[in-house]
Amino acid sequence: MNNWREFTKGFIRENPVFVLLLGMCPTLGTTTSAINGLGMGLATTFVLVMSNVVISLIKNVIPDKVRIPAFIVIIASFVTIVDMLMAAYFNTPGPNGEPSLYDNLGIFIPLIVVNCIVLGRAEAFASRNNVWRSFLDGLGIGLGFAFALTILGTVRELLGSYSFFGFRLLPNDGMLVFVLAPGAFIALGFIIALINRLKTK
Amino acid sequence: MEYILIIISTVFVNNIVLAQFLGICPFLGVSNRISTSAGMSGAVLFVMVLATLVTWIIYTFVLLPLGIQFMQTITYILVIAALVQMVEIILKKVSPSLYQALGVFLPLITTNCTILGVAILVIQKDLNLMQSLVFAIGNAVGFGLTLILFSGIREQMELALVPKGMRGIPISLVVAGLMALAFMGFAGIVK
Amino acid sequence: MAKRASTFGTMTLTLFLVSLIAAVALGFVYELTKEPKAKAEQQKKNFAIMKVVPKFNNEPNAETYRIPVADGSDSLTCYVAREDGKLVGTAVESYTMKGFSGLIRIMVGLSPDGTIYSTSVLEQKETPGLGTKMTQPFFKDQFDGKNPATFKLSVKKDGGQVDAITASTITSRAYCDAVKRAYDAYMKGGKHE
Repeated sequence: MNNWREFTKGFIRENPVFVLLLGMCPTLGTTTSAINGLGMGLATTFVLVMSNVVISLIKNVIPDKVRIPAFIVIIASFVTIVDMLMAAYFNTPGPNGEPSLYDNLGIFIPLIVVNCIVLGRAEAFASRNNVWRSFLDGLGIGLGFAFALTILGTVRELLGSYSFFGFRLLPNDGMLVFVLAPGAFIALGFIIALINRLKTK
Repeated sequence: MEYILIIISTVFVNNIVLAQFLGICPFLGVSNRISTSAGMSGAVLFVMVLATLVTWIIYTFVLLPLGIQFMQTITYILVIAALVQMVEIILKKVSPSLYQALGVFLPLITTNCTILGVAILVIQKDLNLMQSLVFAIGNAVGFGLTLILFSGIREQMELALVPKGMRGIPISLVVAGLMALAFMGFAGIVK
Repeated sequence: MAKRASTFGTMTLTLFLVSLIAAVALGFVYELTKEPKAKAEQQKKNFAIMKVVPKFNNEPNAETYRIPVADGSDSLTCYVAREDGKLVGTAVESYTMKGFSGLIRIMVGLSPDGTIYSTSVLEQKETPGLGTKMTQPFFKDQFDGKNPATFKLSVKKDGGQVDAITASTITSRAYCDAVKRAYDAYMKGGKHE
């Protein structure tokens, strides 16, 4: 398919979260607010793009039998890099002492390495395509993932804290269940149901 | 006594799937039958305890003394991947029947966030070796319990009338949410 | 797909090289981010300290000491705040295990004579909407300016003078416990000038 379709497939048609149902753990675990979802999505996009590019560059040099371990080392390296960068530059507490983005994403940053999306794209695409297409693929799927996480984060934040990207819309507490575990499951369930409905129309 | 508290906390209060959001992929993927859930849980228990043990030792005796804690992610995931391979090979030779039961789930466990998650958590929580092992066992049991409970509900749901748009994953997610809500009732048990 | 033969030699060489390059790259980024990360962590600490003690112009992180808890089983870290060399307050990193969900860590700012200047929650996992209200001014500000020598640090239900959060007595009690722990330890072993 042409490059533009390559790039946009990650957003709707093959959205990793809503359609392919991959990467569920960070989706549920980091979407307590729109910013957290977006941050997680972008961090994952970084790893996805970088590892896709590197793997595509060296795909002809890696012996077939060790490709999975090699991919894993490469992916894990970029995950560690993004972790270190976030601990250094995205680690400022909020004006009222709220936890930083790095604190909020917590254990899910190192867990990017087991996000099935990353290894999946490396194996299915980057190891078979040139660098430019791999870059687009990684960027498209990554941003699609970020898009999904931001949507879920926004829904949970709107319903759960009556705020949008940190801006309070109403002074009182929201339906707290949505920023907690049960709300994550329920909100995602309804969003996927909605998308299924839109797809069949 | 302390170990019992760890077990209660990991199985119920901070349930790995319903509270910590780890292991969602297998949770949604293999829980449509109770038998597959049991198989996956067994495999997870096996690998999780082994992996926690090995990674803890590596962190404490290699990474920490050398000051290279930042190599944690890479070494952990390689260890887990290698362990899973080894377990598969050993299981095939030692107990073909067990291999038949668990075999197909083992490769899936490498990308199972529960294993890596627990391995990282024991270091974050500063647990000693014995506590880490109990923590791993507790989380694996919690995972299995949640999985089996969930698959029980899903098997029943196949007989229920679910609106078309909600069928499959959406209604399963809502059910999981209700389960999570129920498990929240366990908060406060462990003082 | 890969065009190299998978002999033992090429496999080990490849993995070795990949790992080596990875380790070097990581070591490089580690060195690069070490300082910013340490600064970020310190900024978070300073933030908590600034909220509980009066204006200071020293570096509290450079002047810290530990004091034993009243029953001696543990110790608390104290951060010294000075203005022009004079002690204006000490931020005591206290905790309690009596929260509804266990551990609550609170930074307690004490004036040199032990009066509470202010308090701030560092870490908690209480019930959202109930226990979490302890971070809100209506509850936590009631401790400001009180001297535990004359102000009874327990909830009214227990005969004290603290107004508990409605439906969150346990969390309120735990908060008092943490503040009292800081005060007792400071009066016993802390530096007052």
